[in-house]
Amino acid sequence: MAKQATLCMRPGPPASLIVRGARVFDPRLDLDAHRDLVVRDGEIAELAEPGAAAEFEGAEMVDGERLMALPAFVDPHVHFRVPGQEHKEDLETGTRSAAAGGYCAVIAMANTEPPIDSAAVLGSVRDRAEREASIPVGFVANVTRGMGGAELTEMAELADSGAIGFSDDGQPIADARVLRRALQYQRLAHRLIALHEEDPDLSSGGVMHEGLVSAALGMAGVPSVSESTMIARDCSLAVFEDTRIHIQHLSARASVEEVSRAKAAGVRITCEVTPHHLTLTDEAVRSLDARFKMNPPLRSEDDRQALIEGLRDGTIDCVATDHAPHAVEEKEVPFEEAAWGVTGLETAFAALHTELVLPGVLPLETLVERMTCGGEPFGIEAPRLEMGAPANVTLIDPELAWTVGEEGYESRSYNNCFGGRDLTGRVLMTVAGGQVAFRQRSFALGVAS
Amino acid sequence: MKHLLGVEDLSREEMERVLERAESFAEVGRRDIKKVPTLRGRTVVNLFYESSTRTLSSFELASKRLSADVVSVKSAGSSVDKGESLKDTVATLSAYDPAAIVIRSPRAGAARLVAGWTEASVINAGDGKHEHPTQALLDVFTLRQRTDSLEGLDIWIVGDVLHSRVARSCLLAFQKMGAKVTLCGPPTLIPRGIEGLGCRVSYDLDDLAEADVVYALRMQRERMSESFVPSLREYASRYQIDSRRLGPRQLLMHPGPVNRGVELAPEVIDSPQSLITAQVESGLVVRMAILYELLAGTDRSRPDRGPSPADTPTIGQPA
Repeated sequence: MAKQATLCMRPGPPASLIVRGARVFDPRLDLDAHRDLVVRDGEIAELAEPGAAAEFEGAEMVDGERLMALPAFVDPHVHFRVPGQEHKEDLETGTRSAAAGGYCAVIAMANTEPPIDSAAVLGSVRDRAEREASIPVGFVANVTRGMGGAELTEMAELADSGAIGFSDDGQPIADARVLRRALQYQRLAHRLIALHEEDPDLSSGGVMHEGLVSAALGMAGVPSVSESTMIARDCSLAVFEDTRIHIQHLSARASVEEVSRAKAAGVRITCEVTPHHLTLTDEAVRSLDARFKMNPPLRSEDDRQALIEGLRDGTIDCVATDHAPHAVEEKEVPFEEAAWGVTGLETAFAALHTELVLPGVLPLETLVERMTCGGEPFGIEAPRLEMGAPANVTLIDPELAWTVGEEGYESRSYNNCFGGRDLTGRVLMTVAGGQVAFRQRSFALGVAS
Repeated sequence: MKHLLGVEDLSREEMERVLERAESFAEVGRRDIKKVPTLRGRTVVNLFYESSTRTLSSFELASKRLSADVVSVKSAGSSVDKGESLKDTVATLSAYDPAAIVIRSPRAGAARLVAGWTEASVINAGDGKHEHPTQALLDVFTLRQRTDSLEGLDIWIVGDVLHSRVARSCLLAFQKMGAKVTLCGPPTLIPRGIEGLGCRVSYDLDDLAEADVVYALRMQRERMSESFVPSLREYASRYQIDSRRLGPRQLLMHPGPVNRGVELAPEVIDSPQSLITAQVESGLVVRMAILYELLAGTDRSRPDRGPSPADTPTIGQPA
């Protein structure tokens, strides 16, 4: 893996296990077959015919019948709240939540308190990840000091100190001149800039998508053009400075169209979409439940359809959860006052599997590809289920039906927008970076003697 | 009906029931002694996070006319100013075992949240720019006193629809009672997509003559600085209802307080077509009717409140 050094995790014993007879599914390798999947000392050692793998001492035995073994997922966009907001999440709970969702690597955003805008802060969170993270975590650093949108951070030093990329996520870079300077500076810092696209003048005061529902509720809207006009601007800047950019959390049809045009014109641009924007619309906000408040907001059904189509045809490169934990008291308030953001690591696969794959809207192989390639723009290769590769595997029961709880998450927070929904497909076990990172409590394992 | 959170949740039948009840209270209002004992011993809490003259005073008076005990908590000078959350404030007030909490908040959905946190009936006295259901009910009541039925009536709501909870609740209420509604105002103050609620939208008053009822909204001065309209002068020249624009058979309404000379010319405010004073009168009886509908006949004691006085042994009583 390129830039493996930029990912941090807690050292632990390497996994050794034999998963008997699981459906091993890796669309990148054209692999879809029942196999004994053998992991030895943290590497994929063998993909044998069912029943053929020889037991060895210390190997955990897993009955893989009815289970799917997938390359584990990579999320380019999570908020782990360290430093400063550990009452919402920390690196231990955040990575446990990610592993419970089938993730083997995540990229944490830098809108913390203080924000990650200096090598000192970056060094401290990386040190903590080396002690607390159960899966590999990459950290972006800020583009601008204090996320103020005015002065650049010491991007070259931050890159040397292990920043995997740069982002002011949570805030747009409103000043085009500042973004232009940052893009120029990439020739020195060599790390991708990920952009939260929002024209703050157009979105000012808005708390939800501007449309029929906001009109009916009397709440100020965030128009979809506040996102798409910024994407158009930044694509032009990227071309002009001949650099790559990554667009975060697309939410609107107009945005998908801008990205599609830019890609066709040869702009080096990648982008992501969240499970909630793919499965929910602003109709959910009629409940005035603050669990449906996030930025960008849930938009119309037409926007949702465009996002699904964009994900299917590759205009949208990957799925990102934008996992944004918040404490109860920040959400148990009127919608307009509530904090922005929803958790999503533990429900991402199940929500998309239930809402898009099972009804035949999105092929399973497309979902798996888009959920595993989120690190690629930042230089983290997608995991592969092939011999000799580091073990990054998630075991899923694709038929297990479960009800998303109001509580009972591995995350410290439970502001999940799928609470109360019946979903099908559940992660039972995750191996990340060669270590067992998660086991569903009810999932019994045998041990070879 | 347990709560009154919005016109959206009301059926036409429920609205009719409140309106009929209000008629009977209108009779009580004409007696010498205007008080009835219906809610004696019960408590109504008014929790107001925004300043209000007519809504708060009419709820206070309505509760008193029904013989309830009333407590009004206003945000200025209360624990709310000390950073107490809405949830904690409601828990505190709920300790008084109120039969009803009447809440006004600058935030949409506040009343609905409160309803989830208390045993009391919750009445929405205005939540952000979302709904103001008691205003809409009193407006329907006022109109019915003049026209009997709203069926087929053509009603124009004119002004700053974007920032008006009254516009939203009235639109829904008028439609539910069978009227046809047109929303009219500058394009910057008509929310995008509002036609989806089944109303018509007009950006000028050219066809105002079609209207049976003209319902003008308050135009707030701060809208100028946010460049929704360039000036009050231009607003008034385009949208002010004056004697030239208001035909003799048209009725005029306004939720108050009026900006004289902005949305309404002085001569129409005091004209015989104006129902503005009647609206204030209706406010009292309609709010009495709402309290009655929600509270009368419901169980007055909360479950597991501990032993009632009759069960409590007193000194000198044989065990």
